[in-house]
Amino acid sequence: MKKWMSLVAVITAFSIVAVACGDDDDVAQVDCDAGQTDGDLAFYNWSEYMDPELIAAFQEEAGVTVTEDFYPSNEEMFGRVEAGGSGYDMIIPSDYMVSILISEEMIQPVSEAAVPNKSNVSERFANPPYDPGAVYTAAYQWGTTGIGVDTGVTGEDVPHTWGLLFDEAVADQYGLSGRISILDDPRETMGAALKYLGYSLNSTSKSELAEAEKVVADAVDRVAAFDSDQYSELIVLGETVVGHGYSGNFLWDFEEGDSTYDYFVPDEGGTIWVDNMAVLSDAPHPCTAFTFMNFLLDAENGAQLTNYNWYASPNAAAEEFIDQEVLDNPIIYPTDMSKLEFIEDTGDFEIEYTDALSRARS
Amino acid sequence: MDVVVEPGLEHQAERARSRHGFLMGLPTMIYLFVFFVVPLGFVVMYSFATRTRTGRTELAGWNVEAYERLGETVVRAVAFRSLWIAAVTTILSLALAYPLAYFISTRRPATRNMLLVGVMIPFWSNFLIRTYAWRVLLDSDGIFTRIMSGMGLGDGRILFTNNAVILGLVYGYLPFMVLPLYAAIERIDWSLVEGARDLYASGWSAFRRVVWPLSKPGVIAGSILVFVPSFGAYVTPAILGGNKKGLMGSYIVDQFMDARNGPLGSSLSVLVLVVMLMGTLIYFRQGGRSL
Repeated sequence: MKKWMSLVAVITAFSIVAVACGDDDDVAQVDCDAGQTDGDLAFYNWSEYMDPELIAAFQEEAGVTVTEDFYPSNEEMFGRVEAGGSGYDMIIPSDYMVSILISEEMIQPVSEAAVPNKSNVSERFANPPYDPGAVYTAAYQWGTTGIGVDTGVTGEDVPHTWGLLFDEAVADQYGLSGRISILDDPRETMGAALKYLGYSLNSTSKSELAEAEKVVADAVDRVAAFDSDQYSELIVLGETVVGHGYSGNFLWDFEEGDSTYDYFVPDEGGTIWVDNMAVLSDAPHPCTAFTFMNFLLDAENGAQLTNYNWYASPNAAAEEFIDQEVLDNPIIYPTDMSKLEFIEDTGDFEIEYTDALSRARS
Repeated sequence: MDVVVEPGLEHQAERARSRHGFLMGLPTMIYLFVFFVVPLGFVVMYSFATRTRTGRTELAGWNVEAYERLGETVVRAVAFRSLWIAAVTTILSLALAYPLAYFISTRRPATRNMLLVGVMIPFWSNFLIRTYAWRVLLDSDGIFTRIMSGMGLGDGRILFTNNAVILGLVYGYLPFMVLPLYAAIERIDWSLVEGARDLYASGWSAFRRVVWPLSKPGVIAGSILVFVPSFGAYVTPAILGGNKKGLMGSYIVDQFMDARNGPLGSSLSVLVLVVMLMGTLIYFRQGGRSL
């Protein structure tokens, strides 16, 4: 090949890449009016988390089309949007991920004028530690991470302990070996092991994390799968007996099973989390996104969401429209909040959790 | 009549041919360059870059830290497990594929073609779907599990074990072993075998001293085609193995997705690339050009 030809090709290729990766670092505060739209909405959300009827209603009301894509973990969502130019408008990051997104200037402040319904958010969620003053986000739903059990197999008297996942004696007693699934999520999985050992799930102590790593490593041979998508389906299908996962998903799938099931946060304590609506700094259609945020914060729409996905609503005004059986369900609205802990951004230590989980499985 | 052959003419014709060949190949070369060589360059570049506190990859502060980490026990454990699974998959595939390829290449041409189409039928549906289908076959109520337990082999459930991963890989890559083996065996001059038999070679030694050496290029090509994707397999271990014991494919994905450690993910990718390159070099060394 002629030399100049390859040179031209190299230069062309690099300029294409350079344009595609071009950094738009200037974060502009967008001002939108209530109900204003500026194009179709690209919505990046957790799977099985949004009522399709709400999407349909918004499309009708705002006269735009909504495209929804799904992610299984905060980290995967982050990986997808961090390079910029993802094309997504709105995302639903959890608490600690919000801190990271704010410090990376990847989400923009909420345009207050476009989201009057923000005042519906209950006081408890109006000034969260991960986003003081809720400047960048509005709470979407909240719930807990715990253990789902097929009590048809184990009997009703299973101990409420993380030992169901990690303790060999407990596994032997209830015939759990090879019938356990654990979340494939560094913070949740290592966090569960830390809680089992009596530590904080936000521990930044290397020795505590090393102990937790050993707990997970010892459990690997009894685990069927590390899974963040199908933990509840696996129980209902009879492939697993206990699963580590999120409250609402278990409730959802347990409805369809033939056995009897239970979900609980172990007595050692577990995770409480809040997922939040946020608009990306490089969102192509920020005004549509804020209008959608306002739509979801409406009292009746917020109630419809909770009645649909069975996660608790942070929307105080929505409460009167939420089904009584949902409000009375202690799994959805836990009565004892004292043993629940938020996952917090541990900064530099974050990667230690990921590496610990990798090592535990090696 | 005198034919004057101008010495330059033939040369010119050759140059024109070469130019045409180049022009025809150009679109593909550009495609491969933009979508293969350039991204590969980025991977190599990333492997020397710096990971920031929040997991962004900064193209600055060039260092070899990501390569130093390749010496860690976790990487060794993951690499050796992947090598072992890929090796077992390759050997099983060879053991299954060789008799089949031998059988096919000794049929009449019409039968041969039909059998070859049969080998390729699995490709008509998506790999992911076929792997999920195995999950249904292997689960507690699955046909496979029932047959196994019916034969008294324990409870017969192998889903979420290494055995399930190997089964899935052998199933997925078997055609890649059969086809090059067939190509090699089909080309064998059978009079050589006859000659061996005439010289009182037993069937076994005729195979060992004539057929096997002549089919070796196919054995090597097929082994590389099975070994290389098995070593980096991601989908099969995730779906059939429950993603629990770290393998190279999932370990690399974890680096990019969970740890957001672009440099380490990239240096691991380079490592895999080197391993595969070595495999391919061995292939060419063995004179396996006849694929």
